[in-house]
Amino acid sequence: MPANDSPTATAFTRWRTLDIVTCAVLAVAFGVVFWAWNFVWTGLEPALAFLLPLKGILYGVWLIPAVLAPLIVRKAGAGVFTEALAAVVSALMGSFWGVLVIYQGLVQGLGGELVFAAGRYRRFGTGIAAAAGATACCAATVWDLFAYYQNLDFWAFQLPYVAFAMVSGAVIAGLGSKALVAAMLPTGVLDSFPAGRERTRI
Amino acid sequence: MISVEFSDFGWRHAGRRAPAVSGVDLRIEPGERVLLLGPSGSGKSTLLAALAGLLSTDSGESSGRVLLDGTDAAARRGRVGILFQDPETQLVMARSGDDVAFGLENQAVPAEEIWPRVREALAAVGFPYPLSHPTHALSGGEQQRLALAGVLARRPDLILLDEPTANVDPEGAEAIRESIRKSLAETSATMIVVEHRVADILDLIDRVVALGPGGEPVADGPPEAVFAEHGRSLAEQGVWVPGAPVPDRRGGGAGPSRLRGEQLTQTYPGAARPALSGVDFDLREGELLAVTGPNGSGKSTLCLLAGGLMKPTGGRTSVPGEARPLHRLPARRLTTRVGSVFQDTEHQFVTGTVRSELAFAPKAAGWARPRIDARVDELLERLRLDRLAEANPHTLSGGEARRLSVASALAAAPGVLLLDEPTFGQDRRTWGELVDLTANIRDEGTAVLAVTHDRDFAAALADRELVLRRGEVDREVGRC
Amino acid sequence: MLTLAPVSDERAPIARANPIAKVAAAALVSTTALLAGDWLTPLLLLAALAAIVPFTGIRPGPLAHRLKWLWLAAGTVTAVNTLFAAEKTGTTLLSAGPLQIASDPLIDGAALGLRVCVAATAGVLGFATTDPTDLADALTQQLRTSPRFTIGSLAALRMLPLLGAEWRQITTARRARGMEGGRNPIRRARLFASTMFTLLVGALRRAGRLAMAMDARGFDSAVPRTHARTQRMRRADWLILAAAAAVSIAAVALSVAYGTFKVLVST
Repeated sequence: MPANDSPTATAFTRWRTLDIVTCAVLAVAFGVVFWAWNFVWTGLEPALAFLLPLKGILYGVWLIPAVLAPLIVRKAGAGVFTEALAAVVSALMGSFWGVLVIYQGLVQGLGGELVFAAGRYRRFGTGIAAAAGATACCAATVWDLFAYYQNLDFWAFQLPYVAFAMVSGAVIAGLGSKALVAAMLPTGVLDSFPAGRERTRI
Repeated sequence: MISVEFSDFGWRHAGRRAPAVSGVDLRIEPGERVLLLGPSGSGKSTLLAALAGLLSTDSGESSGRVLLDGTDAAARRGRVGILFQDPETQLVMARSGDDVAFGLENQAVPAEEIWPRVREALAAVGFPYPLSHPTHALSGGEQQRLALAGVLARRPDLILLDEPTANVDPEGAEAIRESIRKSLAETSATMIVVEHRVADILDLIDRVVALGPGGEPVADGPPEAVFAEHGRSLAEQGVWVPGAPVPDRRGGGAGPSRLRGEQLTQTYPGAARPALSGVDFDLREGELLAVTGPNGSGKSTLCLLAGGLMKPTGGRTSVPGEARPLHRLPARRLTTRVGSVFQDTEHQFVTGTVRSELAFAPKAAGWARPRIDARVDELLERLRLDRLAEANPHTLSGGEARRLSVASALAAAPGVLLLDEPTFGQDRRTWGELVDLTANIRDEGTAVLAVTHDRDFAAALADRELVLRRGEVDREVGRC
Repeated sequence: MLTLAPVSDERAPIARANPIAKVAAAALVSTTALLAGDWLTPLLLLAALAAIVPFTGIRPGPLAHRLKWLWLAAGTVTAVNTLFAAEKTGTTLLSAGPLQIASDPLIDGAALGLRVCVAATAGVLGFATTDPTDLADALTQQLRTSPRFTIGSLAALRMLPLLGAEWRQITTARRARGMEGGRNPIRRARLFASTMFTLLVGALRRAGRLAMAMDARGFDSAVPRTHARTQRMRRADWLILAAAAAVSIAAVALSVAYGTFKVLVST
């Protein structure tokens, strides 16, 4: 039998049940994380809407799944699938943004996915993760501007909003996801995934 | 009915240097009912997963062969059914009937045949609820019986049971065994069960295979013969051999009061009745108080309130020397008064190494560096964790993780230790270690309160027992 | 709370409708509101939605509860777009130092606020009355989505209340270890990150066990699955879709006739 420590499966081979369920459970787990996040910042959200650029600074938190899921399962479409499902979960949980939250999930998932696709799903390093976080946030905030903030001044509000969100996406969603994966490696939960194979054998 | 054969089988998980099992040779005849024994880490679960065709080539490396009726096991997955130990991660659907139907849909059973087979399987395990009953409203034991129905509905020729009662309380476990008994009587399928608590399932089996540390069979034969010949060595390996005596480690007598609960009451938001109502207790130095009672009697709530981890809706918990009730103490001060150990040890780990885990609470409490170092070294040695000082807490075995969680709760030298189901799901050897460890901690002067379902644990250690029923004290039994 | 329980009785007319029909109808109306830049189109759509509610069988209490923060969200969108508009044209309604409210931005802001109201109401009618199992069945049977992805997602959804309870347990266990957020934002953020990490590790362990249990019951087999439950598009479901299309077209047409219609707000 061949040694299987070097992954023979690539991003384009059939998704295992494990890959599907992992992305789906991550989407659900982040549903819980965001629910708790809202408790941490109770009341902050509407206030931040008046300080749009500042709202951008915390934006990266919402985009962690868009980067984390592809970093773990390394399958084409993992970012879009996870973000879209996370959006459906929040719609079912009663987010009243309804269908708009699903559009948003698809847009931001695609934003991150583009970067992984550009790396042909072979590069999952720190640079790619940061770039994916930034583009995911860029897509998400541009969508926000279209859906909710069309009327605002471009230089004073719209541009800084997107720019701050992209920095936040690179740092919180990108580097943050990379750090999460690094911290998960020694726990053994990633052993069945390509990311886990990079760990030295124990 | 189907025959099972391992020939020179081995498996190494991806990312591991050492194989989980190697060189296994074992043949099981059609219709046999086999108990598979072995110390933890001997690869019992790996062998069952191999039979169920669940070891995929991208999760590790295999050698040798696994055959079902002479054919490669991976190609016969549809004929094998397996029940795992964790009830929460075996159910797929939101409604009970749908969950049983799930396995039939996967097998492409025509829609009109699905529901009669679902009903039949649910009847076979004695499932007491209608098809639409929500799966999240079931107790752990009921969930396991539903999962068993899901296995039986597919009419497997080989049934594998991987510690089916390990994560369930004693009453639930008995109901599961009853379901297994009932359904096995109606099928001629071959059966292999992995179980530590042997005495409870002796009537279900006609052959025992005991594995050595590397997965190689070391004893094989009818139950009576195997236990008569290998009983002692099996017990040392962690098997609950029938008839093995329970140790007596009751304490020498109680000192002054260390933790007191007065009229403790807790009503959760939206609940119809209080989870706990007007419970008093007094925990004294050098004694172990066991808190027992059926599911939903308020044991875990009492443990949280006793540990100052939740604000009671009525009453208070206090320790001598603190004017404020426990739940109002800042966390870093609380750890110097009361140490709590949770059922799920992983919830408690907050750092990346065993050593920093032990240093965490003393550091938060503001101890000086040399004092912290001395305390950590002392705990590492006393709880035999010194070899693991630099290991990641999440990679420890069940017994090691339990020892670490006890050690880290004791790190800031609280006078009180609270344990929530400390022996849950542990094998006999870890169980024995935990009994000794708890007894030593108590005898050195710590007051211990243990919430437990485990009759043997309470019998071995408890100086007093507080029995709860529906949130109230049913009776208190003193045993000194 | 963390629950996926629908807001309507399961015998209510809207709960019996095909989920795809409901969601598609909600999407039609919301998308129309999203593309229209004027105030009249969303106002008409909102009026139509409000007129439908009594016939859906949704209890007013839960509906109001779901929408209780809507005024805040819609108000914020209106206010922000009014106050920080790029071009403050039209009549000046209020001028207090840097704070200026002009009529044109106020109308545009109100249009965006109304859009939020339409999306919210349509979202509750479409999603909050839908049982996730029914939605998954309809997705695989009517839209022919991949059963592995759809049912795999549904299985993960079961974990939602479990993971919610776990979050609380982890937070409690953190206190027992001497870790607490308090008022310090940095400490709070660290506690949050640490709790999230533990939750994710547990969630991934569960995902592994769940995937294995599903494969053990043949989820991974190459045989096409059968369906134990059937979802159908009945005549009523086609009517829902047709009604949504008619309402959308009528709203746009009226707005065009009245001369207010435009595609983007700031044009």
